[in-house]
Amino acid sequence: MEKHLFLGDEAIAQAAIDAGLSGVYAYPGTPSTEITEYIQNSAVATERGIHSKWSTNEKTALETALGMSYAGKRALCCMKHVGLNVAADCFMNAAMSGINGGLIIITADDPSMHSSQNEQDNRFYGNFAMIPILEPSNQQEAYDMVYDGFELSEKLGYPVLLRVTTRMAHSRAGVVTRPMREENKMNCPEDGRQRFILLPALARKRFKSLLAAQDGFVAASEESPYNQYFDAPDKKKGIITTGIAFNYLSENYPDGFENPVLKITQYPLPKKLVVRLVEECDEILVLEEGFPFVEEQLKGYLGIGIKVHGRLDGAIPREGELTPDSVALALGKEVKSFYSVPEVVEQRPPALCQGCAHRDMYDALNDVLKEYEGAKVFGDIGCYTLGALPPFRAIDSCIDMGASITMAKGAADAGVFPAVAVIGDSTFTHSGMTGLLDCVNENSPITIVISDNETTAMTGGQDSAGTGKIEAICAGIGVNPAHIRSMTPLKKNYEEMKQIIREEIEHKGLSVLVPCRECIQTITRKKKAAKQ
Amino acid sequence: MKTDIILSGVGGQGILSIAAVIGEAALEEGLYMKQAEVHGMSQRGGDVQSNLRISDKPVASDLIPKGSADIIISLEPMESLRYLPYLKEYGWLVTNSRPFINIPNYPVLDKVNEELDKLPHKVILDVEAIAKELGSVRAANIVMLGAATPFIGIDYDKIEDGIRRIFGRKGDEIVTMNLNALKAGYEVAKQIQTT
Ligand SMILES: Cc1ncc(C[n+]2csc(CCOP(=O)(O)OP(=O)(O)O)c2C)c(N)n1
Ligand code: SF4
Repeated sequence: MEKHLFLGDEAIAQAAIDAGLSGVYAYPGTPSTEITEYIQNSAVATERGIHSKWSTNEKTALETALGMSYAGKRALCCMKHVGLNVAADCFMNAAMSGINGGLIIITADDPSMHSSQNEQDNRFYGNFAMIPILEPSNQQEAYDMVYDGFELSEKLGYPVLLRVTTRMAHSRAGVVTRPMREENKMNCPEDGRQRFILLPALARKRFKSLLAAQDGFVAASEESPYNQYFDAPDKKKGIITTGIAFNYLSENYPDGFENPVLKITQYPLPKKLVVRLVEECDEILVLEEGFPFVEEQLKGYLGIGIKVHGRLDGAIPREGELTPDSVALALGKEVKSFYSVPEVVEQRPPALCQGCAHRDMYDALNDVLKEYEGAKVFGDIGCYTLGALPPFRAIDSCIDMGASITMAKGAADAGVFPAVAVIGDSTFTHSGMTGLLDCVNENSPITIVISDNETTAMTGGQDSAGTGKIEAICAGIGVNPAHIRSMTPLKKNYEEMKQIIREEIEHKGLSVLVPCRECIQTITRKKKAAKQ
Repeated sequence: MKTDIILSGVGGQGILSIAAVIGEAALEEGLYMKQAEVHGMSQRGGDVQSNLRISDKPVASDLIPKGSADIIISLEPMESLRYLPYLKEYGWLVTNSRPFINIPNYPVLDKVNEELDKLPHKVILDVEAIAKELGSVRAANIVMLGAATPFIGIDYDKIEDGIRRIFGRKGDEIVTMNLNALKAGYEVAKQIQTT
C-alpha cells in the first residue's frame, strides 16, 4: 500500500494501469486530458506496452477501445463531456453489443464551463444507453472504482460509464494504490457474431438482453459499497448526494449529519436505498453536481408525488457547479464573507500568447476583410477561438468542433459573401475533413483558413494527428491544388499573406489557406525537454 | 491543525510550484490535504487560482468556503483582492507588490494599494526584486512561499525539506538558491508579523 498525491485524473490513470489495462484511447479535452498524459508518461505503462497514443477524435477513440475489448483485453476511453456527443453513435451501440474485455468510458464533465461551450451532464447519456454509471465522490474512490470497474464491466458484460467533474478531475488528494494485476490474454468472444453484428434481427435480440440486464444493474448499485446510507435522527428531511456533492455536505456537518443521507456514486439508482429514504423522511433535498438528473427521476413529470427540493425549485441554483457555499445555503446555513471584492478589480480574460501565429493570421485576415461589407468568419474551437476577444474581434461563431467549415458552407449556400472558416489543424482532422468533402463536391465558394500550429495547443500541446499532412489531406479530399495556399504567418510576410487571402476570397469556388508556424509554447516545451 | 490557503496569480506565473512544495511538506508530515487546481483555458494569461487545504483530519470539500481562508498567497496584487470574500476576518494576505499588466484597463496601482492598506493582516513585498538580488528571478515564487511560511502551520524546516525533495534532482545549486529565496521571504514576513 502506497500513498500518492494524485489529481483525480491521475488516480483514474494509475488505477487503470494497476487493473491490467492494455490500451487507453482518447482525444484531449479539459478536464480529461491528464488521464491519458499520465499513462503516456508512466514507466510501467511503457514497459508493458500499454497503448496510449492520441486518437483523431472521440469516435475513433471509442471504436478502437471497443475493438480492443472485443479481443478480450481491458480498454479505457477518455473524453471531455462534449466528446461523448461525437462518440455517441458508438456509445449507444456498444451498449447493444456489450463488451468482452472490461471497457470503461470516462466522461469529464465541466459544470460552470471553466473551459467548455456547455455544461451538459453525461449521466443522461449513461441512462439513455441504459448502462451502469459510476460517479466517485473523491480521488480514492475514483481509483477504487476504476480498479474494480473493469471487473464490474466484465461481470455484467457491458461497458461502464465513469463520470467525473472538473473539481474532481483537477483536484489533488492522497490516494492509496493496490497491487498491479496482469493484463488479460487476447481472447475473441465465441458468441461474437451474435452480439457484434447489429443487423435488425440480431439487434432486436440484443436489445431484449440489454433490457433483461437492467435488474442486474440495479442490484449491482444496491450492493455497491460506494452507495451508502447514513442514518440520523431528524427525519423531517432526507438528503441525497451524488458524486462530489457528498463532500460539500460533509463540509457543512463536520460533527456528523443531522438528517439521513443517501450517498449515491453508482447508477442506475439503488432502488431499495432510495425507497428507504423516501419512506423514512417527509421531504428530500437532492444535491447533485450537474443537471437535476436524480431530482427529475424522483419528482416525476408532474411533481405531485413526494416533496423534492434541488435545482428545479431553486434550493440550489439551476446552473453552475456546486460549492460548499451553495450547499450551505440550501441547508439553511449562513454564509458569511468579511470582505467583498473591491471595485478596482478588473476582469483578466485569457488571451493569445504574444508571438502566437494565430495573431498574425488574424491581423492579416482582419485587414483584408475590412475591404468587404458583410463578411462573416465562422470560427472553431482551439486557442484561435480567443480571436473572438479584443483586439481582434475576428470571428462570428464557435459552436462545436468542425462546425466552422460546414457553417461557412451553409451560410454561403444562403448567399453570404465572403464566407470564411477559421479552424485549427487538430480540429480539422478531428471533424473538419468530412465537411471539407461536402464543400469539394459542390465547389462551395468559401475560404477555409486552417491555422496550423502543428499541435493541439488549447489543451496543453498534445500531438496533432495531421502534422505535416494538412495540404496533402486537402488535396486528397479533392481540393484543387491551385487553391491550396500555404504561408508562414509572420509580420514580415503580411503583404504576401494579404494578397493571397484577397485572391482566394475573389476565387469563385473553394479555397484552403494553410498558414503554418509552430505554437511558441510547444517550441519552449520541446526545448526544455531536450535540455533535460 | 487546519489551514485553508488560496493561491492566486496570472496564468504562467507558477502558483502551482508553491502549492507543490507545501503539498510535499504536508504529505511528509502525515497531514491530509486537497488541492483544487485550474488547468486549461484560464492558463493563457488569465487569472488563475488554486485552493489548498491541509489538516490533521480528513478534508471534505475540495473548495474553500467563503469567509474561511486562513491565508491568501498571491503573485499579483490585484489578483490577491479578487478572492477577499474567502478570507477569514483576521486571515493573512501575502502578496507580491509588483503588478502584472496584460490588460488595457489595469487599475491605477495606488488604488490597488489603497485597498490592500485597509486589511488588518498583510505582507506585501516585491518578490521579483528580492529574487533578483539573490541572483535568480526564477526563485520569485519561493520568496513568496517564504513570506507565507509563518502562517501556513507547517514548521519552517519542514518547508525547507519540501524544497530539497522537489528541487533535489535539479542539483545542489538550484536547491541552495531556493533555500536562500525561502529565507529572504520568510524574514520579511517575520518582521511584519512581530511588529
Ligand atoms: C468534441 C470536443 N473534443 C475536445 C474538445 C477540447 N478541445 C478544445 S480545442 C481543442 C484542440 C484544438 O486544437 P487545434 O484545432 O489544433 O487548435 P490550437 O488550440 O492548437 O490553436 C480541443 C481538443 C472540445 N471542445 N470538443
Ligand atoms: S499556446 Fe500556442 S497556439 Fe495557443 S495562444 Fe499560445 S502560442 Fe498560440
